[in-house]
This record gives sequence, structure tokens and C-alpha cells, in this order.
Amino acid sequence: MATVELRNVRKQFGTHEVIHGIDLLIQDREFIAFVGPSGCGKSTLLRMIAGLEQVTEGEVLIDGSPAQDVPPAKRGLAMVFQSYALYPHMTVAENMSFSLRLSGTPKAEREQKVRTVARILEMEPLLERRPSQLSGGQLQRVAIGRAMVRQPKAFLLDEPLSNLDAALQGQMRLELARLHRELNTTMIYVTHDQLEAMTMADRIVVLNQGNVEQLGSPLELYQHPATFFVAGFIGAPKMNFLDAEVKTVDAQHLTLMLTSGTSITVPAPLQKLNANEKIKLGIRAEHLALEPEGELRGEIEALEHLGPRAYLHTRLADGTRLVAQTDGDTQARPGDHVAFRARSEATHLFNSSGRALTRSDPQAEPC
Amino acid sequence: MTGEVASKPTRHLHRPLLAPSVGALFLWMAVPLAMTLWFSAEHYNLLRPGKTAFAGWENYRDLLTHRALWIAMGNTLFLVGLVLAITLIFGTLFSLLLNQDFPGRNVCRLLIIAPFFVMPTVSALIWKNMLMNPVFGLFAWITRSLGFGTIEFFSRMPMLSIVLIVGWEWTPFAVLILLPALHSLNPEQIEAARLDGGGPIALFRYIQLPHLLRPMAVVAMIEMIFFLSLFAEIYVATGGGPGLASTNLAYLIFRDALLGFDVGRASAGGVIAIILANIVCFFLMRVVGRNLEDLR
Ligand SMILES: Nc1ncnc2c1ncn2[C@@H]1O[C@H](COP(=O)(O)OP(=O)(O)OP(=O)(O)O)[C@@H](O)[C@H]1O
Ligand SMILES: [Mg+2]
Repeated sequence: MATVELRNVRKQFGTHEVIHGIDLLIQDREFIAFVGPSGCGKSTLLRMIAGLEQVTEGEVLIDGSPAQDVPPAKRGLAMVFQSYALYPHMTVAENMSFSLRLSGTPKAEREQKVRTVARILEMEPLLERRPSQLSGGQLQRVAIGRAMVRQPKAFLLDEPLSNLDAALQGQMRLELARLHRELNTTMIYVTHDQLEAMTMADRIVVLNQGNVEQLGSPLELYQHPATFFVAGFIGAPKMNFLDAEVKTVDAQHLTLMLTSGTSITVPAPLQKLNANEKIKLGIRAEHLALEPEGELRGEIEALEHLGPRAYLHTRLADGTRLVAQTDGDTQARPGDHVAFRARSEATHLFNSSGRALTRSDPQAEPC
Repeated sequence: MTGEVASKPTRHLHRPLLAPSVGALFLWMAVPLAMTLWFSAEHYNLLRPGKTAFAGWENYRDLLTHRALWIAMGNTLFLVGLVLAITLIFGTLFSLLLNQDFPGRNVCRLLIIAPFFVMPTVSALIWKNMLMNPVFGLFAWITRSLGFGTIEFFSRMPMLSIVLIVGWEWTPFAVLILLPALHSLNPEQIEAARLDGGGPIALFRYIQLPHLLRPMAVVAMIEMIFFLSLFAEIYVATGGGPGLASTNLAYLIFRDALLGFDVGRASAGGVIAIILANIVCFFLMRVVGRNLEDLR
């Protein structure tokens, strides 16, 4: 049970600054995910919370008290590493009880705690094995179990599922979500996979090059990305972006001229736009509908059937690529010439500096 | 795997193709061994090379009933055991130090490895004449300036002096193997242990030491091979003396063969040395083997 707060946290390696002043309040019992592309500083941020990395500037507060000078073991946090970092020469039970052993907990109590956790994670038969005798999924379980035995205030997980195959990842996602509900503990989860963040987290922090791009619930990020970066990062398939130029704008409508030469009218944003200003129009795959009279015309390059739905990978006249979602039983074939209509109220607009232009929706305010 | 993959003609071929190297290795080992065994059962002195005669067990009886052999054997074991301990302990300590991040680490690494590249004869000379010499050696100067008088290394504790020299030469070898091994330890394991509340000592005891056991076993095996037959340092520094105080098996054999010209006795000594090496090897393998078993 803990809140974790970051106040203007900065991190430099030598002269190279990789975290540029991050403010963040992680609520008690929250499942929060840090996502971002490789090298954006997710792990570094997590390691600073854990105490494995010094904070160059700013403050880390755990339960409201400054933690920069508290050694890692005393912070009451447990971490699950990407490589699991199990001790290879110890059995599973020894691995799990190592922290208790170091803190001088009596043997009987240690065994009892290990057994309790093993029961929750359904790995009692594994207790006497060594890590080298376990499968990837089992190793993962042991790593989580080792963290659980300590009954930490918060769990820190650094890409814990990235070494597992897709099927196991799906299973472990559900299991982690269940564990979070049962343990009722703060969890901070680092991943580069937006799907993991979307499916498990209460809130997501999108990081980009050491800055917070946006903070919000999965749905908020999906529906109202605050920046071009977030819009492109969250959601699969990736949002479609079209270069456009403002043709006319009034209180209600914004008419854009696309590079393909067609024009498209969408609801106007709150921000003022000038004629001829260059902006980007973002449309998600599911907001494009096949329609003979549609304004976006192109040729199907490839077709992805996923059963319940299919994705049409289309190339517009000017070469821009567009992915549209359609029914699984679509009759379209590669090479077909098709036209799409975009659901204009569901489109996103980004100005030249990458910020989203908002419509009246109050939730769309960037955090 | 390769056996399964190999097609029929290859399988037929592999014995004849292996034969030359197996044969060469066999000759390489078996011929000298057979000759040693043969000579050890002969009266054969180079001063009377024509007059050889079958001796049976006599050479062995001579050796085994003479205390020189037992002294040499004791010295050999003393040397092997103590130098192994010194090199492993100091090798581990230096590796732990050099594994830290500090300015000038690379220079330090180089300096620590350096003694290994000094020829045994040269390092023995340096230690004998520049460090341990009772009159103008560095150690004597230090102890004298501190008011303790001089320690006469080679007359008072010849075996220990040899151990010091060899330990100095071979600690770098241990570092050479153990430092990269330590470096290869997954840093996340160390971090996990730190989060679990482990201080430097617990970290060493429970994480680093178990990780080092395997390379330590390798170091011990290789060093043992060299220490059982250590010769140059003794020859240069003490000449096996005073008396027999620093004579090991290799030096004893040298004395019999090249100072006493008694090839028969020297060969018998050689056979005994082979037996001793096998016994030591057997025990070491068992200790090492058990440790490695633990890791699996
Ligand atoms: N010990 C270090 N010394 C120097 N630079 C470092 C160090 N650790 C990380 N960095 C740099 O800091 C930046 C952020 O690294 P970090 O490991 O936090 O990325 P990440 O978001 O976790 O990426 P990934 O998804 O690949 O794990 C990177 O540019 C990296 O090169
Ligand atoms: Mg990382």
C-alpha cells in the first residue's frame, strides 16, 4: 500500500541527460504502466524509484516521505526483472525466501510464507527445483513469487513478459491483472508493448525521450491522444496520418486539402487555425468505412484477415498508406480500387509541432 | 547428434581418419611412460652406462625407505595446497576489487596481471636477490627499519619462501580467469540481491561466490598440474635446500637423475610422482565435481 511521487525528477549519465524533469503521482493500489519506445528512459525511471539508480535532481517520495537517501532494500518495494534474475544455484524455495533469510526471519515462518505464495501462484510442485529446470513461464512465476514473499508496498515490474511467447504473454497478462486485484498493491509496470499497458493498467504514462508525453487511462489515451507521438504509439494497427493543408475554417467546420488532392471536411477544433496552415489528420482504422463515394481513394495492397475483422492495407493516389478495418467476410481483394469515408467526428488533428488540436470534449485536455 | 547426421560412408571412415591422431597421442604418452616404468626396474647409472641390470623393486625400496622421498612428497603437497589457497583467495579478492568501477582501473588490471608474464626463473631471481635477500633485500630493509631485525627467508623458511614466490606468480592467473567470470555475472542478479537486502558480504557469499565456483575449479585444476611439477623456482631460489627442506618430487627426481646420474632411481621417483598426481587429481575432481553438481 503505497503512493509513489516523483517531483521534477532528472537523471544524467555523465553529461547526457536521459530523464528531463518528470512529475508524477502514483496512487495507492494503482496499476500504472510506463510505456514508450526503446531507450526512452522507462527502465531508468523505474530503477530510480527502486533506488538502484541515483536521482540526479528532484525528489522521489514513497508514501509521502523522501526516499532518495533510503537504500533499495529499505524502500519496501519489490522488483521483477526482465531477465528474471533468479539465483541459479538456489532452489525455487530458496530464491523466494532469500530476502527473509537475509533479514533473519525464522525458518518456519519463511517456509510458511513461501508456501502461501506458492499456493497463490500455483507453483507448489516447483519449490524444490532449480531455475535451470524451469520453463520460461515458470521462471516468470518464480520471479513474481520472490517479489510477493516480501509483501512489498509496491511492485516494480520491468518488461516482465518480454521473454515469453505470445500465448503465454496473453495468459500472464490476465494473471497479473488478477494478482493485482487480489493483492491490492500498487504496481508499476514498464513495457514497450502498448498492448500490455492497454490491457492491464489503470493509468498509462507514455514516455518519449525522457519526457512524459501523456498520462491517462487507456481509453483516454486511445480516444484523445494529446500528441502526434501518443496517437501513433497507442493502438494497433497504428493510427493513419495524412498530411493536409487548411483550406477554409469557421466555427463549425474545417475543410482540409489532402496531399492527394481531395478535400475533406471535419468538425473544427477549438484552437484557431489559419488558412494554408499545414497540419496532420489522424484517422484510426476502425473509423474508415468502405463507401463508393468516399473521399479517400486508393488501391488495396494487402489484406489481413483476423477472423472477426480484416485490415485493408491501401495505397492512396499520392502514395500515402492507409490501414482500414472492415468485416472479416469482406469481398475486397488486393488490387481492387476502393474508396473510404472517414468518420469525421472521430478524426484527430495535430498541428505542426505535434500537439493535438482539441474539439469541445473537455476530457481531451492534455494532462 | 553429429553421429546421427553423418552418412554411412562417413561413419565407416571416422575410425581410420581418427587413428593417426589417436595413435600419435598414444605413443606420445605411452612410450615415455613405458620407458620410465622399464628404467625404474633397472639398475641404470649414467656413470656406468653399459652396466645395466634388472633391479626389480629395489629402486622403489630404496626410495620408499629413504626419508628424502617422504620429505619431498610432503613439500610437494604443502606447496600445491598452500599456493592453491593463496592464489584462489587473493585472486578472488583482486577480482572483486578490479570489478569495481574506479578511475585507473585498466592500469591496475594490467599491473596485477603482469607478474604472470615474468619468466619463473626471472621472478625467482628477483625475489631471491632484490626482495628476500637478508643483506640488501627490500624486505630486510623494511623489517630492519621497523626494528625487527632481518628474516632469513631461504634458510629459515625455504618452503614458505617458495610458496610466496609461486603465489605471486600465479595469483594473476587466477585473476585472469576469475575477473571475467565475475564480470559475466548478470548485473540484475546483483540488483535483485540488493533489493532483497543483501549487503556486500551477503552478496559475495550467496551470489558471487557460487557463481565463481566453476571457474575456481578450472583455476585449481590447471594450477595443480603446474605446481605438482614445479621446478624452476626451487632450482633458482634454494636449490632444494637447505638440506632437503625445499626439495619437492620434481627436484628430487632431478637430483637423482642429473646430479646422482641414477636413472633407475629417478624413474622410480617419476612413477611415484605420477601416482601422487593421480591421487591428488582424484580428490580434487571429487571436491570440484560435488560443487559443480550443486550448481546443476
Ligand atoms: N548506465 C548507463 N549509462 C549510460 N547511459 C545509460 C545507462 N543506462 C541507460 N542509459 C541510457 O539512458 C537511456 C534510457 O535508457 P533506459 O534503459 O531507461 O531505456 P528503456 O526505455 O528502458 O529502453 P528499453 O525498452 O530498450 O529497455 C538510453 O538512451 C540509454 O542509452
Ligand atoms: Mg528497459
